[in-house]
Amino acid sequence: MIIGLGHYLSVAAILFTLGIFGIFLNRKNVIIILMSVELILLSVNINLVAFSSFLGDIVGQVYALIVLTVAAAEAAIGLAILVAYFRNRGSIAVEDINLMKG
Amino acid sequence: MIINAIFFYLFAGITVASAVMVITARNPVHSVLFLILAFVNAAGLFVLLGAEFLAMILIVVYVGAVAVLFLFVVMMLDVDFTELRRGLLNYLPVGVLIGGILLAELLLVVGGWVIAPAARQSAALAANVTNTEALGLVLYTKYVYFFEAAGIILLVAMIGAIVMTLQHKPNVRRQNIDQQVARGRASAIELVNVKPGQGLS
Repeated sequence: MIIGLGHYLSVAAILFTLGIFGIFLNRKNVIIILMSVELILLSVNINLVAFSSFLGDIVGQVYALIVLTVAAAEAAIGLAILVAYFRNRGSIAVEDINLMKG
Repeated sequence: MIINAIFFYLFAGITVASAVMVITARNPVHSVLFLILAFVNAAGLFVLLGAEFLAMILIVVYVGAVAVLFLFVVMMLDVDFTELRRGLLNYLPVGVLIGGILLAELLLVVGGWVIAPAARQSAALAANVTNTEALGLVLYTKYVYFFEAAGIILLVAMIGAIVMTLQHKPNVRRQNIDQQVARGRASAIELVNVKPGQGLS
């Protein structure tokens, strides 16, 4: 019953896959897509911290901290874009976002 | 050691289950709440791994800030979410296909991989130092540039979010500081000689 590195990596792999699957499943809803991206970044963080803990190297946790920062910034920017888009169009359907180009 | 295993399976199971609920829940508010549950249980996994500082930061940053931000946006935007869920099953097969391939690949990598012996020896964690202290000892010395870059990223994100969402309504009176400062005696005061029995102008 010893929990090794492989257990943590498996959890992270499952979370990563669920994040990818969520992006495909909710193609129209940007909010759920952003949440799926957060899940993917969480799985990356679990990987980094697991390696850091089992290899006895603190640098992995420093890197996880940076990833956390980027994830927070990404969520804020993504939601701000969403709010600005909703004000212009009155909907958040992803398929119409390509109409903004040009 | 058995307690450790029990808590690992508890936290991991709830994390994965709530991640499933995040992507399948009908109501986006429920999705956000399950996201919070997933992050709290991931913080539990971090505690099991000995990364207490990151666990607390995960709760503060995600549950305290990001999840509330999501909740705020979900509740503020008046979106017809049932309309957005239409055609959900069209994407299910390709999603299952790609997700299955990815999971199989990742599990193959996890299963057939060993740590190089040199990697284990080269990195020694300082003994009798708490996790937070150990993190601070390297974060503010060796990796201070990364730390400052993270600060700049947050600053840019903050300014960007404000610039994108701030809107000036046309019929709201605002301060015009240049005009107010440049206002002098000549433009502000007028002497009128009011005759008795007559009003002004």
